[in-house]
Amino acid sequence: MKKIIKEAFVASIPVLMGYIVLGMAFGMLVQAQGYPIYYTLLMSVFIYAGSMQFVTINLLTSGASLISAALMTIFINARHLVYGLSMLDRFKSMGKYKPYMIFSLTDETYSLLVAEKNNDKRYLFFISLFDQCYWVIGSLMGGALGSFIQINTKGLDFAMTALFIVIVLDQYLNSEKHLPTYLGFVISIICLMIFGSTSFIIPSMIGILVSLIGMYKKEGNYEA
Amino acid sequence: MKHDLMLIFVIAVVTFLTRAIPFFAFSHKKSPLIEYLGKVLPYSIMAMLVVYCLKDINFLSQFHGASEIIAVLSVILLHIYKRNTLISIVGGTIIYMICVQLIFV
Repeated sequence: MKKIIKEAFVASIPVLMGYIVLGMAFGMLVQAQGYPIYYTLLMSVFIYAGSMQFVTINLLTSGASLISAALMTIFINARHLVYGLSMLDRFKSMGKYKPYMIFSLTDETYSLLVAEKNNDKRYLFFISLFDQCYWVIGSLMGGALGSFIQINTKGLDFAMTALFIVIVLDQYLNSEKHLPTYLGFVISIICLMIFGSTSFIIPSMIGILVSLIGMYKKEGNYEA
Repeated sequence: MKHDLMLIFVIAVVTFLTRAIPFFAFSHKKSPLIEYLGKVLPYSIMAMLVVYCLKDINFLSQFHGASEIIAVLSVILLHIYKRNTLISIVGGTIIYMICVQLIFV
């Protein structure tokens, strides 16, 4: 057990750096809007979705209605629908951990689990749990000591980008067929140019889904 | 205050639903298309997430996105030569921080 926890911790270190920094940014922002720190705690424990939590601050300050908040949430989190699709098999054997695994499936945790070869359910569970701990700790730190921090953390959030690049590289180097990777890049770059940086994710996902389904129809039993 | 807490509650529930729906919708039938998508999607989606992270680079700005270009190339080279995830991430991040804090200011 100890060994599993230790291995899960090592696997989660890339997210540790990113989440502490992003979480702190979030906590500082909540604090700056004059909300009590337990708001930060509630959001990071129960919502636990990075970009959605930043949007939640706006929804709170603008006094948005519950319905518009719900619609906004669906829109921003639509990408999670796709994450689930590729975790169906992975989570099948997770037993009592499954509800938490689904709840905690953020972009970053998804990226760690996708790259993971070890299928031990406790190991996967601890990766997910550690990730959320970093996020909660980071956001509380941001709320509590925001203005006292002296280190220049500018650029530290690049850790997240680097993590994603490394995963794409590993996928690329360990696979024979690269079309899905190319499709991902090409379609999202085209959508970025057409729809702009704030709203290209949904069109990209639709484009990716449609072209992958097209590929399936054409090739039948394609093996990645 | 009460509205704030309701709002957080609604967002939390809907967020969980968006994560849980695929598991309810596809838990029983085993469609070969869904299985296929589960296999190939991670490749496309990770590529999309990289684009997402880099979406705000402005090539027309003063430094033409030099920090990002240098850091991304560093991560790729480090990873190809060392094949160590941590070294690639920490190394690339340090290089990026040096770029944005000291060089391209």
